[in-house]
Amino acid sequence: MDLYEHDAKRIFSKYGIPVPAGDLVTDARQAGEIAAKLGHVAIKAQVLAGGRGKAGGILTAATPQEAVQKAERIMGMSIKGLTVKKLLVEEYKKPEKEMYIGITIDRKARSPVFIAATEGGVDIEEIAKSSPEKIFRTHINPLTGIHDYQVRSVAYLLGRADSASISDLVRKLYMIFTDHDCMLAEINPLVRTSGAFYALDAKMVIDDNSLFRQEFAQEEEDELSALAKQHGMSYVGLDGDIGCMVNGAGLAMATLDMIEQHGGRPANFMDVRAGADEEQIRTALQIVSANKNVKVIIINIFGGLTRCDEVARAIAGREIKIPLVIRLAGTHEEEGRKILSDHGISMAMSTQEVARRAVELGHTH
Amino acid sequence: MGILINKNTRVLVQGITGHEGSFHTAQMKEFGTDVAGGVTPGKGGSEVFGIPVFDSVKEAVEEVDPDATVVFVPPRFTADAIFEAIDSEIELIVCITEGVPVHDMMRICAYLEGSSSRLIGPNCPGITTPGGSKAGIMPNPIHLPGNIGLVSRSGTLTYEIIDLLSKGGLGQSTSVGIGGDPIIGTSFVEILNLFEEDPATHAVVLVGEIGGTAEQDAIDFIEAMSKPVIAYVVGVSAPPGKTMGHAGAIVSKGGGTAREKIQAFESAGIMVGNSPEDIVNKLKNIVII
Repeated sequence: MDLYEHDAKRIFSKYGIPVPAGDLVTDARQAGEIAAKLGHVAIKAQVLAGGRGKAGGILTAATPQEAVQKAERIMGMSIKGLTVKKLLVEEYKKPEKEMYIGITIDRKARSPVFIAATEGGVDIEEIAKSSPEKIFRTHINPLTGIHDYQVRSVAYLLGRADSASISDLVRKLYMIFTDHDCMLAEINPLVRTSGAFYALDAKMVIDDNSLFRQEFAQEEEDELSALAKQHGMSYVGLDGDIGCMVNGAGLAMATLDMIEQHGGRPANFMDVRAGADEEQIRTALQIVSANKNVKVIIINIFGGLTRCDEVARAIAGREIKIPLVIRLAGTHEEEGRKILSDHGISMAMSTQEVARRAVELGHTH
Repeated sequence: MGILINKNTRVLVQGITGHEGSFHTAQMKEFGTDVAGGVTPGKGGSEVFGIPVFDSVKEAVEEVDPDATVVFVPPRFTADAIFEAIDSEIELIVCITEGVPVHDMMRICAYLEGSSSRLIGPNCPGITTPGGSKAGIMPNPIHLPGNIGLVSRSGTLTYEIIDLLSKGGLGQSTSVGIGGDPIIGTSFVEILNLFEEDPATHAVVLVGEIGGTAEQDAIDFIEAMSKPVIAYVVGVSAPPGKTMGHAGAIVSKGGGTAREKIQAFESAGIMVGNSPEDIVNKLKNIVII
């Protein structure tokens, strides 16, 4: 789960990482009031997407009038398909020096890795490709936390004269990272201006698996994904016309791949998760069929804890206008098959067959 | 033969009294697993299907001396259950639970270093050695004893592949699900190494997914293996930046697409299947059953 810049900055501020003074607005006129207090301001679109600056979603203004004009320009614009509904208006800081610090998780090393660069404000992945020598990395043992020598090495890299303030920022960022179950905690750019340091931007990505112990309101980009998540399922909308309902993420991805191999286009990814009961399957079916582009729906279940007879009962005797192509295997497969055949529904025998039949059916509809 | 577990393996079930724990305990027993005991704090002294339940892993170790433990406890308590198993020096820990926080997994993996335990998972279907033992949740009827080793990041997709292998007469030495999370206890390479050393395994199927570089990391090892390996990677159609069900299945800016992985295998001369059927067909051509 990604946090908005303003939410991440609130957390940074609570931990004592300096951020520019500012406020969140939902109405462009409010930008003028803030500018009247702060003077020269930066107006920043609050959307969960990178490349806001390039898209024209970050502008500066020297006067309140200009702030309103610029805010009006950004408000409502679309950045990577996301509509701007909120703006962060904050004191403009002219950077003397821009740097990067961030902590992410190295999957291969199975530990956090602290990354620092003497250049900031640009995409860290790009620096990593173009000039890898400018990037410093140090792995952190999750049991001990970051060591002082590691903190010092970051501080000496970014500025010997300021090593005390930088060390402090590094320690605080690591505390934020662990306290909030972050997949990523990043300051890009970290700027130095008139002898002080500020986090001009703040990025935090929270581990979805930790949300039972972290207090963040989950914001889903679309209704169907949100509904699926509420029911413990996982849904990703795609742009084709074959709806999919599968138990297990790997099997669901394999089903999508095979639809494409047969020349079709999947309308969604859906993992109904292990142990789905009759009720769960009904809800899943509602979610998948709510997408108006869907012409045919695949139900592909390889039951372990999920029982085929429960799935069959959820499907049989229901009025669904969209044709279904079904494959049930595993626990109580025979019972499931019998329930379906009693209702005149036939079953495919494999993922390959269910995908092929759905693509054929999609072409004739 | 086979790897990790066999018919003599004494299995403990942590979370044995829960819905999933008890269901799969019955399934494991039916498969022939020697389920020696279970643990649920607060339920010590009771029984599940005649299997003694203990309050702690330590007590279970003293009373029934298990070689392996299968963890079904919910995400909130999973890390504690695994730490408890490591401290009790249980050799093999299989964690089925999905939804364990990544920070917990990093601490667990660091704690495992230098311990006498190996962790498989989390978010995995466990291990099955057909004709021997099952420590996990794979459906019982699909397996057939034989000489194909299988290692996979998936759950139900693994079942489908095992089912097709068995129907095609290609039995398995052992099938291992290593888990779909970004941080897991045992890698592809470690399992491949066990298969390479196992005389009962003649060829290996590796099933990967989008996200991370675990598949590419296995390439050097596969190239040095004496046994044929066939790979299958799913998620070719996955859009970037979206988690496809498994927490670890995400194409990020740094990479992790299915195409990259498939290409890496192919340019190293490693056989790649494009569907479960294709894997079975290709295997039939190279394996002497």
